[in-house]
Amino acid sequence: MLSSQKRIKTHYSSLKVFSLISVIISLIALVGIIAFVIINGINNVTYDFLFGKYDNTPSIYPALIGTLNLILISLVVAAPIGIFSAVFLTEYTNLNSIFMKIIRVSIETLAGIPSIVYGLFGYLIFVVSFNWGYSLLGGGLTLAIMILPVIVRSTEESLLSVPNELREGSYALGASKVRTIFKVVIPCASSGIITSLILAIGRVLSESAVLILTIGMVVNKVPETFLSAGTSLALDIYYFGSYGYPNEAAATAFVLLILVLLINLLAYAVGKFLKKGGNYSENNY
Amino acid sequence: MLSFYKFIAIREKIMKATFFMCAFFSLFSLLLIMLYLFMNGIPFISKIGFSNFVFGTLWAPLSDVASYGIFNMIIATLYVTALSTLFGGTLGVFTAIALYKFIPKKFVRIISQLINLLAGIPSVIYGLFGMRFVVPFVRDYISNNGVGYGIFSTSLVLGIMILPTIVSISLDSLNSVSSKFYEGALALGATKEIAVFKIMVPAAKSGIFASIILGTGRALGETMAVIMIIGGSPQFPSSIFESVRTLTSNIAMGANELSGDALSALIASGVILFAFSLMLNISFSLIESKKKEN
Amino acid sequence: MKTIINNLLENSIIEVRNYNLYYGNSRALKDVNILINEHEITALIGPSGCGKSSFLRCLNRMNDLINGCKNNGKIIIGNVDIYEKNVDVNMLRKEVGIVFQKPNPFPISIYENVAFAPRTFGVKNKSELNKIVIDSLKKASIYDEVKDRLFSSALSLSGGQQQRLCIARALAANPKILLMDEPTSALDPISTAKIEELILALKKEITIVIVTHNMQQATRIADKTAVFFLGELIEFDTTEKIFTYPSNVKTENYITGKFG
Repeated sequence: MLSSQKRIKTHYSSLKVFSLISVIISLIALVGIIAFVIINGINNVTYDFLFGKYDNTPSIYPALIGTLNLILISLVVAAPIGIFSAVFLTEYTNLNSIFMKIIRVSIETLAGIPSIVYGLFGYLIFVVSFNWGYSLLGGGLTLAIMILPVIVRSTEESLLSVPNELREGSYALGASKVRTIFKVVIPCASSGIITSLILAIGRVLSESAVLILTIGMVVNKVPETFLSAGTSLALDIYYFGSYGYPNEAAATAFVLLILVLLINLLAYAVGKFLKKGGNYSENNY
Repeated sequence: MLSFYKFIAIREKIMKATFFMCAFFSLFSLLLIMLYLFMNGIPFISKIGFSNFVFGTLWAPLSDVASYGIFNMIIATLYVTALSTLFGGTLGVFTAIALYKFIPKKFVRIISQLINLLAGIPSVIYGLFGMRFVVPFVRDYISNNGVGYGIFSTSLVLGIMILPTIVSISLDSLNSVSSKFYEGALALGATKEIAVFKIMVPAAKSGIFASIILGTGRALGETMAVIMIIGGSPQFPSSIFESVRTLTSNIAMGANELSGDALSALIASGVILFAFSLMLNISFSLIESKKKEN
Repeated sequence: MKTIINNLLENSIIEVRNYNLYYGNSRALKDVNILINEHEITALIGPSGCGKSSFLRCLNRMNDLINGCKNNGKIIIGNVDIYEKNVDVNMLRKEVGIVFQKPNPFPISIYENVAFAPRTFGVKNKSELNKIVIDSLKKASIYDEVKDRLFSSALSLSGGQQQRLCIARALAANPKILLMDEPTSALDPISTAKIEELILALKKEITIVIVTHNMQQATRIADKTAVFFLGELIEFDTTEKIFTYPSNVKTENYITGKFG
């Protein structure tokens, strides 16, 4: 081998080594973060911390209630609007396609807006304009707009994956378009739709930048109504971390990570077990 | 019988209108958001002057002679975005390359899933990790002035945050390159490494580039992790190891307490952020659609 | 709003006059004229791409679902022009059912598949639905095979069974005319024989129009045969005449296998 050939080979071999090192670094980072949360958090997760009252010692019970409320509000608004939007985009396609393109662009643009800008919007419209002050409702509605693109995109994908033969079969039996959509298409796409809703819940769990400007970060009181200010698990992590409660921060992070993990497992399980598989072209005799 | 069919016909019309309204809601929300931002932000910018706003280095909204210069924040944002893209992008692309050809097949799937776990971790937890582990570490072992906060630590953490996005899209991109090129290179006597780095990676470069753009967008828009690691002082970033603010953390820190002109200043910086994100997203879409054409 | 029901009770025939069909700019059917009689089995044959399936799908306006599909000419079923403005197309499809080449059962139970059509048209009474489902499954010669598992998934059936289920499903709508688009071409000989048998039995109550590329099938079950070639109806007569003394030389060539 010529020495120049050798040099080239060594050069690319070292690139290969660098790439292997990169994988290792990435995995170390992952393990590091998770280990950090578990090690620092697990000992501080007591029953009082989870469900007790926030008196002298911090409790994340207000955050648990707040988070549940936020999930409820945002899903109740975003799920039907998102699913029906996707239905419109997939089942009514032979209408003015310029309008379709505009809707699609809007959805893509909404997906690209930074969460703090959503927070600003939520603050301006709900806290100031509507004069609700900080409220779970304001936060939930802002979150609803945030998770809408996620729901629309996944639902669209699920609807498109329903074989056209099923639609044909339904029309052939004299069913109207609406009946076909609700009795054939949506049920067939249901596992994908439910998965997308579960993943949307995961998004709501993880969000904090939007909330800091809309729900007010009231960590020590359980919210009474939708119009009360409140806090969420993610927001509590920020609060505890920044205001001198490192143990509580880690403990909350631990709880949040477990919940996020459960959500992802749930989505995976739904995807696997609810799928109404169709062997339409591989029939056995 | 006839009324039955009239009923169905009416129901068809009503449902179609309902579906339409829901689809229209996205457009409506977008317009509403843009309305609120622009109607507050643009008049403000023209009021105090574009160059005073964008190039002013004094951010003092509460002093007697209020000053609304966000130049320091813009610089910090640019630094953080660039540096985290550098860290995350390099690490991410090389990780993808390793997963593509240099890791035994049986491990690739599980390692990919693990790296995707990183994507699921909420950003506050990244912030907490950064604040409690990375900052002290950088302060004690890397920093040249005994400060752990700042652009460097933030970029490290954001780099890890955008890693999974870059890895998964780059890996998809690499896998979609026709294997004929790889086989052809090997047949000409090239080693595996040469085939990968000289032929396959360049062939996937538009997808890899697109993934980096997406990652940059994420780093640009990140708030909570940044706010916990970067320090918060509105001074000019003269070192990557000192407390500063980005546009995002500036908005988050201020919005709850400021009103009037100061709030409008934050809204205006939100408009700038929105514009930058939009540009990045459009670039990403353009690259993706160009790929589809090919 | 016109319905076709009452008219079909009197004159259950299909009359097609000067019918043309276009997909975008290309013409798929040219000047088709044909009269199809009640209680007969009419076969549509011809080489691939000759338009027989397209023609079949026009008879219950399934081609409406295809973008860019245009037509002119008349299709009159039961004295009603099916393209008239007042015609409710869903009602048309109830009266004129269709079975496709590839079985396409819904991913729900066998019972619910068959009950779909009656439910669409307002049948809610449990015992009425049961009766319709069982009757349809019997007419489709599949009841005995599935009577113990009516509520298991339709997808658990074999290909031949799924196709008979689709036939039962179409019959549950109580159509006067049943269109069948190569219903046995994807099936094994035993399933094919079962289905041919049930088609013959259905003749007493229903008019059947069946597209087939299997000429032996046409001779086995069809009373009349229509031969299509390049979008035109080139010959239409009793099956016996078509296959023994065809008038058109193209028909003869197709039947003897010179092309196809």
